[in-house]
Amino acid sequence: MKSPESFVRDEIRNLPPSGIRKYFDLINEMEGVVSLGIGEPDFVTPWRIREAGIYALEKGHTHYSANAGIRDLRDEISSYLKRKYNVEYSGEDEIIVTVGASEGIELAMKAIIGPGDEVIIPEPSFVAYKGCVSVCGGVPVSLVLKEENLFKIDPAGLKSKITERTKAVVIPFPNNPTGSVMTGSELEEIVKILRDRDIIIISDEIYSELAYGFEFRSLATFPEIKDRLILVNGFSKSHAMTGWRLGYICGNADIMKHMYKIHQYALMCAPTPAQYAGLEALRNCDDEVAGMRAEYDRRRRYILNGVREIGLKCFEPQGAFYIFPNITSTGLTSDEFCEGLLRKEKVLVVPGTAFGECGEGYIRATYASSMENIKIALSRMERFINGL
Amino acid sequence: MKEILEILEGNARLTAAEIAVMTGKTEKEVRDAIAGLESSGVILGYRAMVNWDRTEREFVTALIEVRLTPQRDKGFDSIAERIYKYPQVKACHLMSGSYDLSVVVEGSSLKEVAMFVSEKLAVIDGVLSTATHFVLKKYKDGDIMFEGTEKDDREAIVL
Repeated sequence: MKSPESFVRDEIRNLPPSGIRKYFDLINEMEGVVSLGIGEPDFVTPWRIREAGIYALEKGHTHYSANAGIRDLRDEISSYLKRKYNVEYSGEDEIIVTVGASEGIELAMKAIIGPGDEVIIPEPSFVAYKGCVSVCGGVPVSLVLKEENLFKIDPAGLKSKITERTKAVVIPFPNNPTGSVMTGSELEEIVKILRDRDIIIISDEIYSELAYGFEFRSLATFPEIKDRLILVNGFSKSHAMTGWRLGYICGNADIMKHMYKIHQYALMCAPTPAQYAGLEALRNCDDEVAGMRAEYDRRRRYILNGVREIGLKCFEPQGAFYIFPNITSTGLTSDEFCEGLLRKEKVLVVPGTAFGECGEGYIRATYASSMENIKIALSRMERFINGL
Repeated sequence: MKEILEILEGNARLTAAEIAVMTGKTEKEVRDAIAGLESSGVILGYRAMVNWDRTEREFVTALIEVRLTPQRDKGFDSIAERIYKYPQVKACHLMSGSYDLSVVVEGSSLKEVAMFVSEKLAVIDGVLSTATHFVLKKYKDGDIMFEGTEKDDREAIVL
């Protein structure tokens, strides 16, 4: 007889386990850990959004919604994208409300990627891209982003990764874990390379509201690639709604109608009460979003200044809520640094290697944490480094 | 200017150096701005937010609706001044609607507050009537929740 595990597909069995498993085990035995390892807002969802969610429950909105999401929400997403980024997608057939932006990423990959298809993934980056490609039997092709380029995609580097088998490229900015961003003119250079090629562009813009000191530009504003662009966004980071699991995906109607089928079979629809909360979020919460952004920006400057004063080299991140300091001056590997810092000083940060091998020599620290926590973490980190 | 005020309103203990880092200004710029805000009366003071209910201190707070007859040339201001100058008066607002002044009075007992209202407030010339409402519980004040604050229950690592 075959072992139970042998029934699991090769692609899944070969997926590497999470590199941060041991940190979970370590912190379970520890008290008083200050964590800068959390990739989600510390803010609780603004009250008016929560209240709208409660009201939706009271009104009995507890059933499945339309598969693509309630029509009002799709239309609201459409006008939000127009208002904020001058991007046009129709609520009719170009938008699907998803269970978080992560479902959006998965839908895009499942619809587009088959065995042998190559997908260019900038690294270091969010872990799900690579995993999703592998699950589909595709081949993730790592495009290493470098600190000297401020972790932006350099056009020549992108060009060098394109082959006949390249089916798609992921463009994830503002970026997790580096906090790097790409400005409109930098995106233009990328578009020049992609516009004449038969490649799908998956633009993960989940951190679009968290851009500091420059105007965020959506890749969907470039008409020359829009037909082949799949836009992924959601409510988790902008509106501090991670636990609601609410996102959306936009694209050409002829692609969307196929992604729709996958979504319909696997998820049916995003949670209905969350969709009503999302409606309130898009309609009436610009001020709350701006307030959170202002607070993140202050913490960003503070933590950047702090890690530099400790003596770590760090480029200035202009998006999301992460900094990605270079720790090679300590002589430690990312993993040694993070484990040592946790054991000795009870501060949790994530090794850069959790986001790809090229993350070696870096750590990710989030400033989606209170100013008090950031202060404590910085002073402990300083003591740790001085004690090396 | 506005940003410095917002930051200080949230946490007045931050130093000028810290605010400078947070806002991208120099320490001197922040120091000068704060000095200017203080001397022009925009910043009136810095104090701790105390939840006295968590202490042994016995006290009561009342909100008193006061109706007035406005005075020629002075409107409500001079009567209001006669009221808010009492140290027992913790807050005083001129209101629209069915009464004129909303006065918050604090005292060590119900009786003390009641006596203050009947002997000091109600007898002032121009005061038509008073209605006293005692505070039973403080949920939120000065933008701070006194009850039911939310804990950070996030997972320790999320990628």
